[in-house]
Amino acid sequence: MPQTVFAPWNDPDEKPLISFQGVTKRFGDFTAIDDITLGIYAREFFALLGPSGCGKTTLMRMLGGFETPSAGTILLAGQDIAPVPPNKRAVNMMFQSYALFPHLSVWDNIAFGLRREGRDKAAIAARVEEMLKLTRLEKFSHRKPHQISGGQRQRVALARSLAKAPKLLLLDEPLGALDRKLREETQFELMDIQEKTGTTFVIVTHDQEEAMTVASRVAVMDEGRLIQVATPDRIYETPDSVYVADFIGDVNIIEASARQSGDKVSLAWAEGQLPLIATTTKTFAPDQHCWLAIRPEKIAISAERPKAANALQGRILDIAYLGNISTYHVALPSGQVLKAQTANTRRIERRSFTWEDEVWISWTDTAGVLLDK
Amino acid sequence: MRRLSWFNVTSLTLGLAFLYLPMVVLVIYSFNASKLVTVWAGFSTRWYGELLHNEAFLDAAWVTLKVAVVSSTMATVLGTMAAYVLVRAGRFYGRTLFSGMIYAPLVMPEVITGLSLLLLFIGIGLDRGIFTIILAHTTFSMCYVSVVVSSRLVSFDRALEEAALDLGCTPFAAFRLVTLPIIAPAVIAGWLLAFTLSLDDLVIASFAAGPSATTLPIKIYSAVRLGVSPEINALSTIMIAIVTIGVITASLLTKRAAVRRNAEEHAADRA
Ligand SMILES: Nc1ncnc2c1ncn2[C@@H]1O[C@H](COP(=O)(O)OP(=O)(O)O)[C@@H](O)[C@H]1O
Ligand SMILES: [Mg+2]
Repeated sequence: MPQTVFAPWNDPDEKPLISFQGVTKRFGDFTAIDDITLGIYAREFFALLGPSGCGKTTLMRMLGGFETPSAGTILLAGQDIAPVPPNKRAVNMMFQSYALFPHLSVWDNIAFGLRREGRDKAAIAARVEEMLKLTRLEKFSHRKPHQISGGQRQRVALARSLAKAPKLLLLDEPLGALDRKLREETQFELMDIQEKTGTTFVIVTHDQEEAMTVASRVAVMDEGRLIQVATPDRIYETPDSVYVADFIGDVNIIEASARQSGDKVSLAWAEGQLPLIATTTKTFAPDQHCWLAIRPEKIAISAERPKAANALQGRILDIAYLGNISTYHVALPSGQVLKAQTANTRRIERRSFTWEDEVWISWTDTAGVLLDK
Repeated sequence: MRRLSWFNVTSLTLGLAFLYLPMVVLVIYSFNASKLVTVWAGFSTRWYGELLHNEAFLDAAWVTLKVAVVSSTMATVLGTMAAYVLVRAGRFYGRTLFSGMIYAPLVMPEVITGLSLLLLFIGIGLDRGIFTIILAHTTFSMCYVSVVVSSRLVSFDRALEEAALDLGCTPFAAFRLVTLPIIAPAVIAGWLLAFTLSLDDLVIASFAAGPSATTLPIKIYSAVRLGVSPEINALSTIMIAIVTIGVITASLLTKRAAVRRNAEEHAADRA
């Protein structure tokens, strides 16, 4: 373990910078945010992840001051922010549409917030130059927003929201409009900037890879509720519900009924099949309904019967070749199809399995996660 | 360019002739050297010269200009505010009634608007003069301004105002620094429209005007009843020129702003 792990959420002495306490937001009789309680710590890069319409933007807009909670309180640095109007909050937002002022140059867009603070000219100029340099926009400072590319516009929006050095920066799907390569570059740029400036970032995204790449912690949302809040690796390795396991990455879900002895659980999953073995820290009642979630890359595929805790025989139904990896869809006698993934370390013509081959798939008792919901 | 068929050319010519022949005749006769309006006696600008020495006409022209400038400015402020509320405030109680009431004067017969204003002025004991004409013109032209401005505001990205608030603007500063500069072409077009409407209004002005002040259209109308004079032709030609310039500028402004907005949106799509 490195000595300086950034994990304030594990430290009981740390106070969160933002704290949602039982926050609910209703539009008419529709509940967009449903009783959310959440702490976000200073210097965090916090990602809100969820399908479209689950309330991510609404949550952000409440932080920015553009919506007021119907119930509950939001504290920023220990202070209730409900009575504070947007222009008085130490929070800046980067809008989903960038919302650059079309009648102002890049320079004036970035200087806009600084001018409102009434700083003197030299200080404003220095800060704008600093921001231009940080976002590598020096050459475009005199252009209007419609005279620069989408990626540059996105950086202007970022520079503008960073210029006032807010305590908290809100980014609403900031990279949605960029193509894949530019998006990946910009993600690293964002992390770099976050580290340099020490600002707390809250980013909204519906792209799970993006959330995993940039975030210190990820909150998975669904229909206005928080489903799970954890670090990217915990979310991926130990999801606490089928919804999260399914939402993040590829996964096999096997429904079964449990029979626990100590930390080992034997799973009756199909008529006339040997039970599967899994390890868990949870407790399951006898015959409790449960789900075993296993990532495809944790399932091995072989021609001979391997010596693993769980081994099943099946037939290859389909092969998805993705370049670096291949995913085999294996049909079991029970009719269920499981996905197994292998890295393509050899050239494709020397691949050992092909369609309709009878194969064994196997995994250890610790490879999967046993879920009760 | 597509070639026009004979039928299209004919309809176009007929339509344009119908619209503009009377005005063309008027403009031509304003350059007539003869005192007799219907007899052509060669080209001359003498009537334009005479006009400069006609005190009554000059007074009326001055009143008309003052009324047009003041009333269109007031109408622009009020109309823009009304449009802003209608587009921005969302669904407030009585919104439909409010918007209906703002647009009703567009279709209300002018005689009725004029008459009701007259009754109001008498009712509150306001002496009719330049001030009442200004009030009357503000009333009927502000709905035109509000139509022009609200059609621009509908396509205005609300996030721009929120961004301004987010960066520390008060709501009023956000309007002044972000919204107004962006919708300025529509506001100016609205002003020009109100200006030209006020310039050539006869019906409402004749209800609101009193002995102390008359506008040019009223003056022309009453002069014509004593017989058409070439001087009036010259005066009318000048008014046609001013109105034409106003309308063309207003439509150019609106169109250019739309073209530029399109270009910006396309640039955004390409990115
Ligand atoms: N002003 C509003 N009035 C009514 N419903 C709204 C409003 N804003 C958002 N909603 C609804 O709230 C839900 C969550 O919206 P949003 O927060 O924008 O979702 P996300 O950003 O996660 O896609 C959606 O179903 C949306 O229709
Ligand atoms: Mg959204």
